[in-house]
Amino acid sequence: MKDKKIKNVFRQGAISSEFIGESIYKHQTKTSIGAHNIFLGQVRADIIDDKTVSAIEYTAYEDMANAKFHDIREAAFEKFELTCMHIYHSLGTVKAGEICLFVFVSSPRRKVVFEALEFIVEAIKADVPVFGKEIFEDESHQWKVNT
Amino acid sequence: MHITIKYFGQIAEITQKGEESLEFSGALISELMEQLYEKYVPLKDKDFKVAQNQELVPLETQVSGNEIALLPPFAGG
Repeated sequence: MKDKKIKNVFRQGAISSEFIGESIYKHQTKTSIGAHNIFLGQVRADIIDDKTVSAIEYTAYEDMANAKFHDIREAAFEKFELTCMHIYHSLGTVKAGEICLFVFVSSPRRKVVFEALEFIVEAIKADVPVFGKEIFEDESHQWKVNT
Repeated sequence: MHITIKYFGQIAEITQKGEESLEFSGALISELMEQLYEKYVPLKDKDFKVAQNQELVPLETQVSGNEIALLPPFAGG
């Protein structure tokens, strides 16, 4: 189930729970699947020097990022027995408490999806040129760095 | 050689632009960086990686004329 075309992973703004629910629903016709696993990245209201993060504004080197997401997808299909996988990442402003990353993997069996999901999320954090500006409640900002 | 450079995140804050074209007569990415440090002094203190043709490259790489990008630390997810 590899697909060679480079997809656009990015969505403007937060990823809604309706969108996530709809994605799950769409897989009900794929009855070879026995296990799904989902990662949802949520914007945290970190407190830094007494100031609270109210949102993150995401930007990306979109062409390179989509190519990297594609490489990660190919590597995951190579490594794990997956029926399908989907990745969505936000661009623009995502408020604290909202979802900015949605990774969805499916397989006939459960063990595979646990391993595959971790592999994919860690690769996204390390390899994809996405940048996050943490906006504080007083409208000042700092730049987020993945650790 | 005429090259296009893209800037992102906090690097774009320093350069005050997301992209520019400039004339470059050197050979290596490191020489291009020297040219940029002269133009944008605060860049020297910033942490970033360089991509050429959408792949991260070391500073000793030849400038090929493809798109160059300055990428600050990644923050996806």
